[in-house]
Amino acid sequence: MGSDDDIVTRLRDGDEAAFRDLLARHHDHLLRFARTFVKSPATAEEVVQETWLAVLQGLDGFAGRSSLKSWIYAILANRARTRAVRDARTLLFSEMTAEAEDDEPAVDPSRFNAAGYWDQPPRPWDDLTPERLAASAQIRVRLAAALEELPEAQRAVVVLRDVEGCSSDEACNILGISETNQRVLLHRGRSRLRAMLEPLMETGRRER
Amino acid sequence: MTSAMLACREVTELVTDYVEGRLSRWDRLRFQLHIGMCRHCREYLRQMRATQRFLGHLPAPPPPPDVEAELVERFKNWKRA
Repeated sequence: MGSDDDIVTRLRDGDEAAFRDLLARHHDHLLRFARTFVKSPATAEEVVQETWLAVLQGLDGFAGRSSLKSWIYAILANRARTRAVRDARTLLFSEMTAEAEDDEPAVDPSRFNAAGYWDQPPRPWDDLTPERLAASAQIRVRLAAALEELPEAQRAVVVLRDVEGCSSDEACNILGISETNQRVLLHRGRSRLRAMLEPLMETGRRER
Repeated sequence: MTSAMLACREVTELVTDYVEGRLSRWDRLRFQLHIGMCRHCREYLRQMRATQRFLGHLPAPPPPPDVEAELVERFKNWKRA
């Protein structure tokens, strides 16, 4: 797919294929993001569909001040928050901040000696290319499941930054959190995901 | 005040700040010094980067056919409106 300008132009011209591409590219990730705000999968699905309709309504006015992607996510975040408030289940910014403040080590402390050096170091992962991921359904399934297991605020940040490739500024704007909190949540999320992938990725077998 | 040599455990906590380019020059230097000498932490950094890269390649299944059909229908109507 081309640049945002191309896509927006094609959409405004009524190009159905461009719309289908956009749906295919983002729908599933939008759902994942919506579920960090609303609990029920059915509600998340509704919120994402409402978001697509709002995108259509707003498209003629889209000025390209942000990327198309981050504009769509900002619409979704607003709708999901409104919906979560209505359903009395909302992830408040204060909670996002609190989650960032909890002390959570990146690596199980028992893997270091008293001086803080590796006692049980990470074993090499044999092949770190995206092709490896593409070839391994097991890793894909595990990674997607691991993502669902992250605390909500971490998941929201990781989806925006790493799954969708938003910049840190975009993620902060969409979520309404500070850059520092965003970075802490990203760190926690990535660290947990690495740890969850570890047993699958190691070349050799671990003791224990 | 801070020792020049980072411990591995500190490296695992600074790795995101390093990747995000948010370390001070001094901490960046200490980080690179450690990574240069410690193959375990080099491996850890590789794994964190791989995790990040894998996430960017997570497959996105298209919406279910009925949902897609409904949205495409709305798209057509939107153009006619």
